[in-house]
Amino acid sequence: MLKTYQYPKFPFVRPAELDSPQTRHVPVIVVGAGPVGLSAAIDLAQRNIPVVLLDEDDTVSIGSRGVCYAKRALEILDRYGVGERVVQKGVSWNVGRTFFRDEEVFRFNLVPEPDHHRPGMVNLQQYYLEEYLIDRARELPNIDLRWKSTVIGVTPGEDAVTVRVETPAGAYALSCDWLIAADGARSPIRRMLGLDIEGKIFMDRFLIADVVMKADFPPERWFWFDPPFHPGQSVLLHRQADDVWRIDFQLGWDADPEEEKKPERVIPRIRAMLGDDREFELEWVSVYTFQCRRMKRFNHGRVLFVGDSAHQVSPFGARGANSGIQDVDNLGWKLELVMQGKAPAALLDTYSDERTYAADENIRNSTRSTDFITPKGNVSKTFRNAVLGLARHHPFARGLVNSGRLSVPSFYVDSPLNTPDADAFAGRMVPGAPMDDAPVAAAGGGSPWLLPHFGQGFRLMIALDDAAALDAATAEGLAALRRGAIPVEPIVIAREGGAPGGIETLHDVKGRVRERYDLQPGTVYLVRPDQHVAARWRRFDPAAIEAALRRASGQRA
Amino acid sequence: MMITLEYNFREPRTRTFYGYEAGDAFYEALIEAHRDLDEEQSALVNARLVLLLANHVGDVDLLREAIRLAREDVVGG
Repeated sequence: MLKTYQYPKFPFVRPAELDSPQTRHVPVIVVGAGPVGLSAAIDLAQRNIPVVLLDEDDTVSIGSRGVCYAKRALEILDRYGVGERVVQKGVSWNVGRTFFRDEEVFRFNLVPEPDHHRPGMVNLQQYYLEEYLIDRARELPNIDLRWKSTVIGVTPGEDAVTVRVETPAGAYALSCDWLIAADGARSPIRRMLGLDIEGKIFMDRFLIADVVMKADFPPERWFWFDPPFHPGQSVLLHRQADDVWRIDFQLGWDADPEEEKKPERVIPRIRAMLGDDREFELEWVSVYTFQCRRMKRFNHGRVLFVGDSAHQVSPFGARGANSGIQDVDNLGWKLELVMQGKAPAALLDTYSDERTYAADENIRNSTRSTDFITPKGNVSKTFRNAVLGLARHHPFARGLVNSGRLSVPSFYVDSPLNTPDADAFAGRMVPGAPMDDAPVAAAGGGSPWLLPHFGQGFRLMIALDDAAALDAATAEGLAALRRGAIPVEPIVIAREGGAPGGIETLHDVKGRVRERYDLQPGTVYLVRPDQHVAARWRRFDPAAIEAALRRASGQRA
Repeated sequence: MMITLEYNFREPRTRTFYGYEAGDAFYEALIEAHRDLDEEQSALVNARLVLLLANHVGDVDLLREAIRLAREDVVGG
């Protein structure tokens, strides 16, 4: 039992299926009510797709576990209606400091440029995130959240997937059009389907401790290589909500996980770090090892894998939960279009293509960090210590210090959904890029930030000096896009004025939108529902936009 | 010419979006170059690498400066 947090207990409700001889059919079942499964259910429910969400437990995550929620995940959580609660409760930070022995050798800032809504990272114990997502899920009438419901069998089929669900009151079958497996790293669904996940195990162990203490250290990530208080190993310190601090100690492969969890072993380690005078209480302790691996494909017929069930990374870089939330962001709109019959099922192949690409990037970066943090072999260690030593004096070596490259969204530059540029653009908002946020003033009210105006459908952003000067032909073209089978909502970005016909107008109050998107009057961006750029042009061309929309929704362009 | 001590890694043929990627890619390749080598072989690979890069740099004054910086802090004081 934690001192700072009361675990909720959610009631098991006897499902009607137990008393019916018939197997009920539902559109979507999500298995696993962790951050990723809850996000999946919310994403789909917000698209008016009914979801049955099954979880084997009846509470939230025990211990802090996933701690760091990155800017992009926060922007997605904003769309799910929980971003603000997470930011309010959590500890926002942008600066990471790295120490070698007793000297600081490197410092990074996750959001070095001004005028972004969300911080680079928010630290919050995973149980809070889950609690907020559960609150949100309960507000949505089309989510049927079932606790104490364990999937014990899966039968995939051409037209449906049937699962067998075990509950305290007995077992029942439920069938669905689509099954989303968010059932974690050990994914029983993956195993029941006999699907492989390949990669490597890292031969190291880490002790995680949640410690309650009063301390006025700044909200920064502190990382030590070979500190005097834990020689030869690494240590990581994060501040979380409620004066709970998370400390990760590298232990080495030979450590005995059961011994190391004992308070009489843990407390002296913490005391050595914090000094004898600091009062603290130990709240939760765990020892972990990790793997970097992923499934070859994330979609298997009507079964879709998201989060840890599909891919796992080392914890250095906070690329686990954050990438799982991005999986869901990528999947939700595609599944909606397929279920509506507006896109071919092959669109779901691009979910796998784009998210395996992202998983490879996450695995690559977190593996590089791990290899730097825990060098295996003498040569690796010599190079590592040479970098750390040179970093004291020389900027180039600071750039090589790798204590974790923190979660950032992938640029899907190779995605088949992109329409390559035909016009010249500067900057990084290339087709496939995740949209950069920027401050705006909304003529019609609403958020003073760009991203919340993009919602969950396709958007066409068109840049003008004076929005009132939008010509009739373009206005008619925008109206036609709105009426299309896959509607595209227009957003005018302007210095001044309001667009005719009630078209949403945002004023680029600080010029950041123009700067970040290399806008000129007439520039048009087609943006996907997950706020990645699909295509862009220097002028409004309805035929080109139609073709790009077909391509971005998985139809032949 | 002065020795470059600012971060100077880049991958001209790869479009990267985050500053650390080129340096990390180099570092990974460097560590990978030692895979399955014994200590003597590793030392030899390092020596050959230094010689190859030294020839590429060419400017002996610059190399002297690099040698000086490399020794700094390693040998007494």
